[in-house]
Amino acid sequence: MTLLSYRAAFALIVKRDLMIAFRHRDDIINPLLFFVIVVSLFPLGVGPESTILSRIAPGIIWVAALLATLLSLDRLFKSDYTDGSLEQMLLSPHPVFILVIAKIFAHWLLTGLPLILIAPLLAVLLHLHESSYGALMLTLFLGTPVLSLLGAIGVALTVGIKKGGVLLSLLVLPLYIPVLIFATSAIDSAAMNLPYNGQLAIIAAIFFASLTLAPFAVSAALKVSTN
Amino acid sequence: MMWKWLHPYANPEISYHFSGKILPWCARLAFIFLSIGITWALLFAPADYQQGDTFRIFYLHVPAAMLSMGIYLGMAIAALSSLVWQLKLADASVAAMAPIGATFTFIALVTGAAWGKPMWGTWWIWDARLTSELILLFLYLGVIALHNAFEDKALAGKAAGILALVGVINLPIIKYSVEWWNTLHQGATVSKLGKPSMSADMFWPFLICFIGFAFLVTALICLRFRTEVLNRNSMRPWVRELVADEEKAHAV
Amino acid sequence: MSNLNSEIEITAASTNTLLSARDLSCIREERVLFEALSFNIAAGDIVQVEGPNGAGKTSLLRILAGLSQPYDGSIYFQDNNITQHRETFHQELLYLGHLPGVKDEMTAQENLEFNLALHGLDNKTAEATLAKVNLLGFEDALASHLSAGQHRRISLARLWQSQAKVWILDEPFTAIDKLGVEKLEQLFLQHADNGGCVVLTTHQDLSLPAERVKKITLAYRFY
Repeated sequence: MTLLSYRAAFALIVKRDLMIAFRHRDDIINPLLFFVIVVSLFPLGVGPESTILSRIAPGIIWVAALLATLLSLDRLFKSDYTDGSLEQMLLSPHPVFILVIAKIFAHWLLTGLPLILIAPLLAVLLHLHESSYGALMLTLFLGTPVLSLLGAIGVALTVGIKKGGVLLSLLVLPLYIPVLIFATSAIDSAAMNLPYNGQLAIIAAIFFASLTLAPFAVSAALKVSTN
Repeated sequence: MMWKWLHPYANPEISYHFSGKILPWCARLAFIFLSIGITWALLFAPADYQQGDTFRIFYLHVPAAMLSMGIYLGMAIAALSSLVWQLKLADASVAAMAPIGATFTFIALVTGAAWGKPMWGTWWIWDARLTSELILLFLYLGVIALHNAFEDKALAGKAAGILALVGVINLPIIKYSVEWWNTLHQGATVSKLGKPSMSADMFWPFLICFIGFAFLVTALICLRFRTEVLNRNSMRPWVRELVADEEKAHAV
Repeated sequence: MSNLNSEIEITAASTNTLLSARDLSCIREERVLFEALSFNIAAGDIVQVEGPNGAGKTSLLRILAGLSQPYDGSIYFQDNNITQHRETFHQELLYLGHLPGVKDEMTAQENLEFNLALHGLDNKTAEATLAKVNLLGFEDALASHLSAGQHRRISLARLWQSQAKVWILDEPFTAIDKLGVEKLEQLFLQHADNGGCVVLTTHQDLSLPAERVKKITLAYRFY
């Protein structure tokens, strides 16, 4: 038996998930549309005054990113669970860790990355302070993978439950709080031309911690869900 | 070999009877400590020189807040022993602790708000401690909701345990980030809750109240643990015998 | 205890034992499905798990495959506990459950190729393998356009390329026609003769010679 190397197994899963997503494009586009619509609701609710908008822009963009990620999380394991391919993956001779990381990476490519690409446009709509764009991109770049990683724990726990959607948000949103706090504060600091490396370093630390720990929690949770 | 030593307690029947034995003792001790502590705190302890009698809510608020964190830690330890040593009953204790922890978190929040009203003139401010308590409440509610969502109680316990462990790793990070966020956004005008320089005549009633509440929590956990064990083993012969005995005793 | 809830012909453990279950208990939703169940499955065995609905056939198969954890007891594959040696066991395992594990968004061939690659098998000959399950001409059809029986056949196609010793098949004949069932049965015999073993559940009677099929019978228990 020719055993695939870890890297090949990783690539195999990522390729498959991307292929499925591109044949089912709504799954990628809908969370993005949600992101855009939520962000554009705020000026309508708060008023078009640019000083207020630029003051609350970091918070709006980040909260909308959290919610958009939350909407997209279902795709991570749900369909694989319902058609039985998840159990085949768990029964494959590869470490579950690799499979989980691969699925989360594919999820980030399909939601986190598009969010990062579209965020500057929304920042323009919200009159984000000019000096904050770099901070916005950097925090999204480091923070959105954390959203996918922590979110995966929540989906893995709720994938076997029939009406797991609302429950998922209850489980996952409190875990997103630190990222939200440090990301928005980094963007605020940038607006005041203050250094924000400290906040970025903390987000990076959270990213590496969740990269090493979350896959174990996800594997354990998937074993419970497919039991 | 820890699991060898723990083995007798891994038997549901033995731990059911064991928790049944310690339950009345904890309840009695809780009653004694709480009646002494609360009487002392409300009637005899001196009023705070700045806050007056309002300060007395401290004797309820702080023990509740401390226990709410402590129960979460206990829950996570139980969850860890369930995952690592496969102690099946640890799942039952996770399920037993979560609602009690949530209740104490809720008490801490309500008393914190009630304390805030005379001090700050508003029911809620985004004080770092109150905010962390609020998030802790969300974490508890998540564990409870996840546990309720599973039909199979064994799976429910495992899933809730994993979530409790994830929560306990996140809790210090959340607490730290909220404190940091708070110092960033809060002006110096609002004085913070707690940490008064405590004199001895305030410390002793506080300690007695705290011990009383801790015994109360233990008693409540034993009570709920017994119910969870019965629920999970409802079809086992020993539970059926127990029910039959109980029915006989009532018939007499 | 085991004779209380099930009827098993236990083969003594021997050098060619592939899979052995020791003191398995399974509790689902507070109901005991089986208790203290022990048996050995050797190379060359075809084992049919029988019992009424709800007796725990699927649960037993999932426990044997390592997908579910038993309440008590353990499974050994060639004397290695499967939870400790998960990856070595899974190299020698082919499990097909109720769900075919076929993605609607991929074609029949892509599905089979992925399944083969996932389990470390050569996927160059996927097209030829599809022909063996009568799916010639459907290689490029999206699975969403195929029927339940065709999905089942895509997942069964892996059997023809499998090098795993242990086959665990939950209702493999569902939605398969008579001719297909015969072909599968011949494949099982061939696999057993080559030193493998097959554990399966089925509602139909196997037309294999009776002396070749061993049986594990689970009874429905109320508590």
